[in-house]
Amino acid sequence: MTLCIGSVMASSTDLDIVNVIKRFGAHAAVDDVSFSVAPGEFFSILGPSGCGKTTLMRMIAGFEHPTSGDIRIRGKSMIGVPANRRPVNMVFQSLALFPMMSVGENVAYGLTCRGVSRADAEERANRMLERVGLKGFGERRVTALSGGQRQRVAIARCLVLEPTLVLLDEPLGALDLKLREHMKIELKQLQGTFNTTFAYITHDQSEALVMSDRIAVMNQGRFEQVGSPRELYHNPATPFVASFVGETNRLQGEAAPVSNGAITVRLPSGAVVQGQGEAGGKNALAFVRPEAVALAQDPASLGNLPNRFEGRVSAVLFDGAASSLLIDTTGFEQPVRAVLPQAGPLAGIQVGAPVHVGWTADAMKVFAA
Amino acid sequence: MIAKQASRLMLFLLLAPAILWLGLLIVLPHVEILVLSFSERVAPRVYAFGIGNYLEFFTEPLYWRTFARTAFMSILVTALTLVLAFPIALYIARVAQGRVKAMLLLLCLLPFWVSELVRTLGWMILLRETGVISYALRSIGLASQPVELLYNDGAVILGLVYGGLLFMIVPLANALESLEPAVVEAGYDLGGSRWTVLRRIVIPHAMPGIVAGCIIVFMLTVGNFATPVLLGGKNGLWFTEQIYAQFITRFNWPQGAAFGMLLLLLSSAIVWLGLRLTGQSLGTTLKQA
Repeated sequence: MTLCIGSVMASSTDLDIVNVIKRFGAHAAVDDVSFSVAPGEFFSILGPSGCGKTTLMRMIAGFEHPTSGDIRIRGKSMIGVPANRRPVNMVFQSLALFPMMSVGENVAYGLTCRGVSRADAEERANRMLERVGLKGFGERRVTALSGGQRQRVAIARCLVLEPTLVLLDEPLGALDLKLREHMKIELKQLQGTFNTTFAYITHDQSEALVMSDRIAVMNQGRFEQVGSPRELYHNPATPFVASFVGETNRLQGEAAPVSNGAITVRLPSGAVVQGQGEAGGKNALAFVRPEAVALAQDPASLGNLPNRFEGRVSAVLFDGAASSLLIDTTGFEQPVRAVLPQAGPLAGIQVGAPVHVGWTADAMKVFAA
Repeated sequence: MIAKQASRLMLFLLLAPAILWLGLLIVLPHVEILVLSFSERVAPRVYAFGIGNYLEFFTEPLYWRTFARTAFMSILVTALTLVLAFPIALYIARVAQGRVKAMLLLLCLLPFWVSELVRTLGWMILLRETGVISYALRSIGLASQPVELLYNDGAVILGLVYGGLLFMIVPLANALESLEPAVVEAGYDLGGSRWTVLRRIVIPHAMPGIVAGCIIVFMLTVGNFATPVLLGGKNGLWFTEQIYAQFITRFNWPQGAAFGMLLLLLSSAIVWLGLRLTGQSLGTTLKQA
């Protein structure tokens, strides 16, 4: 399906990956992956470490070569094109700034490689530094910059070449939490102002959700699902996506016959939950998001919910707006995670307090295990 | 108080061998040689202060020509060693992994397990008129009579480069090893050719190692004695031979001392010039070596 988009409307996509396979010996690091990225899009590949996302990115950059399949940039096949001839630039995980050059020389490096005169390159580098908020930093040593400034130099060094596509390999990994939160927003804004296509790889689902227009969730060399952050979060296509993207409660049990569109899953303890989805086989996995779990002191207020249970608070995980409760619930092996209400009688709930939990059948996604 | 005194005594005792070593074997002889070089023989067993020994150096063409030749050849040998060692060091540092890397370094080290004299004799066995190479050339019909490959500048340079190679490879490999692979990849990714990446990223990064290796090889070469004498024969004309001749053959110690001081001055001047030209400091260079 992506193949058709790539070949028929070549000019409407910046990047087409067509049935790419990369084997290292018998192991397929990237196993038949296809996707397209539209111009100006912020596309993320999200997956745990070792899922093949770095190999995929290195193939796009030209440092690895696919065993089979095609990589096209603006419709032009990149097979056999060396890394230094591709209209793609990469922001490395370690940033890989040139320590032997000044900030200005780092940014001008790519231009001088293209034969732009020294004076012209320096001027364009300075203009680019100004646009990323580093005016007057041209003469500084790269070692004299802070983490966030180094980040901006690494991006400026790519953007000054006006590439079709910028690849970013977990560039925020080395930053501390506060700066990482700040850089997420800054990166998104930079991408917007330059209107350049970004392909971003990360294992951090929050980075991917916040910044991306579309996300591909990758696992064991394959794409599990490609979609917008909301789609992935609310309509995960596979159990892996459901558990990897965002916080969730995961239940395992036996699927029982379908009745009026809902599936019932019988947990090992005998408790029964109702959800939506398809359960092909006997075993099923069910997922419910913490924010979908309703809490009440009085069971009557949860009366119309098909899934109702009784429990006791085992832990209060206070984290401001992202606070949650762990509730030991009768019939469940793992405590149920729910969002701590910010107001109302339950806002001040303490460990050990009895509580009733419930959720709708729509909020519970069921997959065949 | 006592503890402090004891620790002081301890420090002194620990430093004593090094101080004795430096004082007795390096500082003292050099002071002696410096004093000796300024003494002229005015009558048998009677010496006076004077700069005659140094004047002799400048007035006798053989001396200063040998001196200049030694300086020029040493620079040439250092440059050749650098050019040969760079790809080897690059391979050891960037391509070879684990056991192969250790093996390659060991292979470089292996020739140094035998003495310099034996190694040089090895070259003589290969290069002499009745030697291996001459025989091989004759047996495959490339030469009709025995070929003498010894006793020329080529043989001297060959022997000196061979002797210096390890001392160039080790600091170079050290310097190149610390270059992050992603930095090299970034060099290509931003459009650099192999040559650009080498010139603008790899070589500047390796500069402290290059300078360190060059200093070591240059000093070893300038002060070498056995290799030029054995491989160069009468045509060797190395300045150390002149020093040897003054001290041992002519028994003119003051003249020999003056030559020794001049050689020290030469190597110091060239090292200083090298550091100035490459913009390196002695500190960073020594760290690399």
